[in-house]
Amino acid sequence: MEQFQFQIVLGLVLLVLGYFFGRYFEKKHFESIIQREAELANVVVIASKYTTASDSAKPGMMVTGSVVISVDYFKRFLAMLRTIFGGRVTAYETLLDRARREAILRMKQEAKAMNADRIFNIKLETASISKNASGNIGSVEVLAYGTALINVE
Amino acid sequence: MLISNLEIIPGKNITEHLGLVQGSTVRSKHVGRDLMAGIKNIFGGELVGYTELLQEAREEAVDRMKQQAQAVGANAIVNVRFSTSSVTQGAAELFAYGSAVILE
Repeated sequence: MEQFQFQIVLGLVLLVLGYFFGRYFEKKHFESIIQREAELANVVVIASKYTTASDSAKPGMMVTGSVVISVDYFKRFLAMLRTIFGGRVTAYETLLDRARREAILRMKQEAKAMNADRIFNIKLETASISKNASGNIGSVEVLAYGTALINVE
Repeated sequence: MLISNLEIIPGKNITEHLGLVQGSTVRSKHVGRDLMAGIKNIFGGELVGYTELLQEAREEAVDRMKQQAQAVGANAIVNVRFSTSSVTQGAAELFAYGSAVILE
């Protein structure tokens, strides 16, 4: 009985910790993403594999960006509840949104460091890298890659 | 060695196709990193250890792909794709593949 109580208390503590820290980290992360997106707005990402004729002199170079992000305990609990009723799992939607945008940003940063302002044929790859015992997604990896056209002076 | 995920390299002609080249690696981090990731699972946020792990793995996979391309005498790899899968808890496979070609 005592052990059962302990488990409930521990679960509640983890939920509260997850709620406050998770919210805080997510808010901070989104702020940083929005700021960096504005800074890197001049690097254009294009999903087409066809470059224009005027680009023929520019050498292409592959650039990549990747990130692994984990969902917090509270959101994981919410998502678990959601699977009972069905519907949109907003807890994971924001996680994937954060991860994709972060991966694209890191790719853009790499391109910018090479003096490129356009990235062609961007591909995004998502993988869930750890699953806990009940099969919930713990964390996702997003990899973004494309070919940056380098401006040579 | 030019690596690109475009099918056509702007301004260059492909003189010869040498077929598919690939590289893969399976990696895991030490237990300490896994423990840290477990703690981060409560608070949420980026798992820096795993990001590094996958980045290293990706570089390794690309290196192996490059070696294969060099062995067949290519000077570029075009249309490169990546794929990731988790093999077991804490280990990930990273796979890179593309077409080895000779550019003029």
